[in-house]
Amino acid sequence: MVTEKQLLDPHHWVKAHADYLYSYTLSRLNDEEQAKDLVQETFLAALEKVDRFEGKSSERTWLTAILKNKIIDVYRKKSSGLANIAEQKAEEEQKDFFEEDNGHWTQAHQPLPFGIEDHEPLRGKEFNHILQLCMQKLPAMWMSVFTMKHMDEATTEFICSELRVTQANFWVIIHRAKLSLRACLQKNWI
Amino acid sequence: MNPLKKVIYNCKQATLLIEKRQIRKLSFRESIELRIHLAGCSMCKLYNKQSQIINQMVLQLFHDTELQVSTLSLDENFKKELQDRIEGELNK
Repeated sequence: MVTEKQLLDPHHWVKAHADYLYSYTLSRLNDEEQAKDLVQETFLAALEKVDRFEGKSSERTWLTAILKNKIIDVYRKKSSGLANIAEQKAEEEQKDFFEEDNGHWTQAHQPLPFGIEDHEPLRGKEFNHILQLCMQKLPAMWMSVFTMKHMDEATTEFICSELRVTQANFWVIIHRAKLSLRACLQKNWI
Repeated sequence: MNPLKKVIYNCKQATLLIEKRQIRKLSFRESIELRIHLAGCSMCKLYNKQSQIINQMVLQLFHDTELQVSTLSLDENFKKELQDRIEGELNK
């Protein structure tokens, strides 16, 4: 088997990869200005690492790996400090989801059918739009954990160490994020 | 209340197990508890279905967004400046 050693060609980076990296970032951060900044930072950081490129992966895979780390940095920053207020607020909202004494769904928040449970998931634009809005409403930390898990299929250990959350907290966040997302869909779709 | 009963009658705990199950294997005990809960709780059964559908749709949404490269492309000026900057760095 012949494996071709991959080469880097910075003269064509923007033409070949900028749009891809931009959409990759946008789908994970949803902020155009920030996405532009990250694409730029990625190329500049990559230039400094050109010597260390071993040619084992494609140019695009290599650039994407650099970008991924930058996105995680953003997640980390967003999830610290003031952002916790959003988290507290979202936690507060969930207090009404279940009865305090026995953990049953409360009448006001119990799941109702979306009307799409029994067929092939509806790929309608409208539902996707609401889903997107509901995801944006999640507190930054929940969104970060949720995205890393479901979109990048990162391991739980990796997410915990990168975002500095404990395993126990990870499960709490995964649970809370889904409860919020589902409740938001129910409120805005039905 | 003993811990087993706690999950069997507790939707908050049951929904946590539903989320866990989609990411890792439940312990034997957890899986029995959840099964018993779901057998008797139509609301959590519905939650379970919806939770899985949401995961599928989120994945689909991410995938679609990534495919929309053409509609999400950067403007040409930005790209030109960026490539110029890279050339500048290369010539340093």
